[in-house]
Amino acid sequence: MTILRVRGLTKRFGDNEVLHGIDLDVVAGERIAILGASGSGKSTLLRCLNFMELPTAGTVELDGKTVGSERGGGRIYRERDLTGVRQRVGMVFQQFNLFPHMTAAGNVMEGLRTVRRQPKAEARARAEKELARVGLAEKADTFPAHLSGGQKQRVAIARALAMDPEMLLFDEPTSALDPELVGEVLTVIRSLAEEGRTMLLVTHELGFAYHVATRVIFLAEGAIHEQGTPDEILKSPKKDKTRAFLAGHRQFSF
Amino acid sequence: MSYQWDFAPVFASAPLLAEGLGNTLRLTAVALAFGLVLGLALALMRLSPRPWFSWPAGFVIEVFRTTPPLVQLFWFFFALPMIVGIEMTPFIAAVVTFSIQSSAFFAEVFRAGIQSIERGQWEGALAIGMSRRQALNRIVLPQAVTRMIPAFMERAIELMKTTTLVATIAYADLLYDANAVAQKTYRPLETFTVAALVYFVVIFAFSLLGRRLERRLAVGGDSTVH
Amino acid sequence: MVWDFSSVLANSDALIAGAIGTVRLFAICLVSGMTFGLVVGLGRYARTRWFNWPATLFVEFFRNTPVLVQILWFYFALPIVAPFEISPLSAAALGISLNAAAFSADIYRGGIQSIERGQWEAARAIGMGWGQAMRRIILPQALKRMTPALTSRAIEIFKSTTLASTVAYVELLQQGKLIASINFNPIEAYTTVAVIFFVILWPLVQLTYALERRMKRAE
Repeated sequence: MTILRVRGLTKRFGDNEVLHGIDLDVVAGERIAILGASGSGKSTLLRCLNFMELPTAGTVELDGKTVGSERGGGRIYRERDLTGVRQRVGMVFQQFNLFPHMTAAGNVMEGLRTVRRQPKAEARARAEKELARVGLAEKADTFPAHLSGGQKQRVAIARALAMDPEMLLFDEPTSALDPELVGEVLTVIRSLAEEGRTMLLVTHELGFAYHVATRVIFLAEGAIHEQGTPDEILKSPKKDKTRAFLAGHRQFSF
Repeated sequence: MSYQWDFAPVFASAPLLAEGLGNTLRLTAVALAFGLVLGLALALMRLSPRPWFSWPAGFVIEVFRTTPPLVQLFWFFFALPMIVGIEMTPFIAAVVTFSIQSSAFFAEVFRAGIQSIERGQWEGALAIGMSRRQALNRIVLPQAVTRMIPAFMERAIELMKTTTLVATIAYADLLYDANAVAQKTYRPLETFTVAALVYFVVIFAFSLLGRRLERRLAVGGDSTVH
Repeated sequence: MVWDFSSVLANSDALIAGAIGTVRLFAICLVSGMTFGLVVGLGRYARTRWFNWPATLFVEFFRNTPVLVQILWFYFALPIVAPFEISPLSAAALGISLNAAAFSADIYRGGIQSIERGQWEAARAIGMGWGQAMRRIILPQALKRMTPALTSRAIEIFKSTTLASTVAYVELLQQGKLIASINFNPIEAYTTVAVIFFVILWPLVQLTYALERRMKRAE
């Protein structure tokens, strides 16, 4: 079952066109790793899928319903449309973006309380459950300033999970972490993969992508350059640009 | 030449001066309350991407920041009643003037505070499905306000000092009453000295409070910045 | 109601006299306030308490009392003990200058403190004395950083000159009052005065914004 269908997705910043008409279908349970050099548009693509950036042209269809409404040949996006999509498409950021004035549990509860209007006790119970899932049950009442980078990112994952998203977007979730903290975050993401969650992951961890992804997309200059199974793309790429990119990342081992 | 200081006549007028101080504090409090609310509204309007919100707000802010408060007070007290055809008491004129005047400054404090919050905080909030309004109220403003407290205190103190201008339109604040006492007792030196000291004590107390708050925030700053 | 500025224009000579008074008072307060402020600021920065304490006391007192109270004190109270007459200009200039000095002293101090210790050490290392290091190395750098704050202080001084109207010094607002009372046209008279101030100060305010932006970019 296709849950996300993207057609002709184009994004321009001023005169600079970052994405040139991307087509993409995501089937439930798929785990897609998006690779590409910096500036290839991979983060922008991800950010267009939950409308952190508004697409300049093209459509995003979620569960068969196109987001936004048509007007004058383009699309307009009302706030109501966007908050609806974002509740169903969770996002985990490179810089965590935890709310520093709230505890770990407060961060996880925030969406449930403010957006879902859940009673406090219910939200708290859910937050504890999600924090336990990422191995941070005992940090529920700790403020982000007193958490390590890896712990912060796990809280951020719990915050996204609490909203019961149909799909998760990870935007370089380990790039801001010290090397020794990367493992704990990847372990959590891997466990989510094993639950069969649908996810899109922008990453530089090629070994992780190889083991976790069901499909790998290589993006170059704002377009999908090559895609296929992890074996096809990472072990025997057909195109030169993909090969060149992988050659620069040879330090990973399968 | 030796002058015989005599504070007794001034102290005999202490009740009148106390009443004046009360009026000063009341005017400050009322203008501060209106100024803060109006200032937040102006800041949000100015930050709006829609020009028909941001332009009028920008105009009000610029005009009230760049013209002298005494000119504003005279305009609202002498000119505005003739335009709209209503009587203006000195108190109302002062509240209107100082509320708008301080709101122009508060607006810039709010705006700077809101803009100092990293984009990631907005995105973190929007990503869990919050509306922009919810993100502002729940995530951005609470963090911004903590950072803005020193600037708020400074502006509040400026406001209290500015309220002395109402003496010129015969509202019985501390300065106006001091002037009355000076004329009645023929002791301007003692009276104005006492008035200056009273202002100093009250305003300095607020300054110290503001500085303590600032220090406490600087020490606890770890928990607000990650 | 119909706005009619002709009665204001008919009194333009009075407004020009007022403008001259405003500019004269502003120039006096700007120069004396910022110069004296530098002395006080250096005093606050000094390690010896003989400079430090009086300077601190001065700054606290004048920052924490309203300018209008100071002006009226100089006008009504000081002559009782002073062996000389105090003109409206002197009273206003004293009050506004001392207030400006207190505020600019803190700007100078902050600016000087913002210069890294390494600059002092480098100046000392090539054999400069305290005064030389301050004059040749520290102040030139600090002044650059202080420019936006000093410019906004200058704008505040300009606005403060209107307070001189309370002691009947001939400046713009005082002349506006005069015109309003002669012609019974407060709307036009006070609007004109407000517009004059806005036209003069608005470019200056924009300048401080631009300076602040440039400083932020430079950081």
